[in-house]
Amino acid sequence: MTANSPRDRFTTGDKVCVLTMNPPGHIRTPRYIMGLAGEIVHDLGEFPNPEELAYGRSGIPKKRLYRARFRQKDIWPGYAGAAEDTLEIELYEHWLTSAADPAASL
Amino acid sequence: MSEPAFKPHDIGGLPAGDIVTDEKDHALWEKRVDAIVMLLQKPERKLLRVDELRRSIESLGPKAYRDLGYYERWIFAVANVLLERGVITSEELGQGIADVMKRGEVLP
Repeated sequence: MTANSPRDRFTTGDKVCVLTMNPPGHIRTPRYIMGLAGEIVHDLGEFPNPEELAYGRSGIPKKRLYRARFRQKDIWPGYAGAAEDTLEIELYEHWLTSAADPAASL
Repeated sequence: MSEPAFKPHDIGGLPAGDIVTDEKDHALWEKRVDAIVMLLQKPERKLLRVDELRRSIESLGPKAYRDLGYYERWIFAVANVLLERGVITSEELGQGIADVMKRGEVLP
């Protein structure tokens, strides 16, 4: 998928994977969540792209922001808490791929 | 080409030692830095966005990020954004720093 092609619009319950990317500039995806699989909890709407705002530009086209849920034990090696503990985090659409998409596991 | 290192602020989940819970009173210059950032962000000026401030702070490099204090990072980052945007020139900034030092207001 290229940067300009239309993206899947996710809905609550969709399984997603977080991309691993490390571009220069300012990104709002922490590395601890990169590469992990989770589930969409909310579609929060569209916002100016913070990665573009970080360079003083308009942030247009806007990017859709989602809240996604992950299992704590998937995030932290040796996690000692309950197996059902979760973490919710807000991620922009261009950091997510459908977990159903075979390319996501590459 | 090897993968570029992640930036020094991205420390979620890494060991960080004890959390300091002491109340801290800010120095006058720190309050001034805070005021400068708030004023630059005002809608009627729009000379700085918080996303730009973050980019600039996150681009200071690992050593500066580690060694500088919180508001030191802010003022270095603000200066960089204002230079990039052409709001100030490097000559004006250099002259301003020289003037302050001449007055003896060297930052602690």
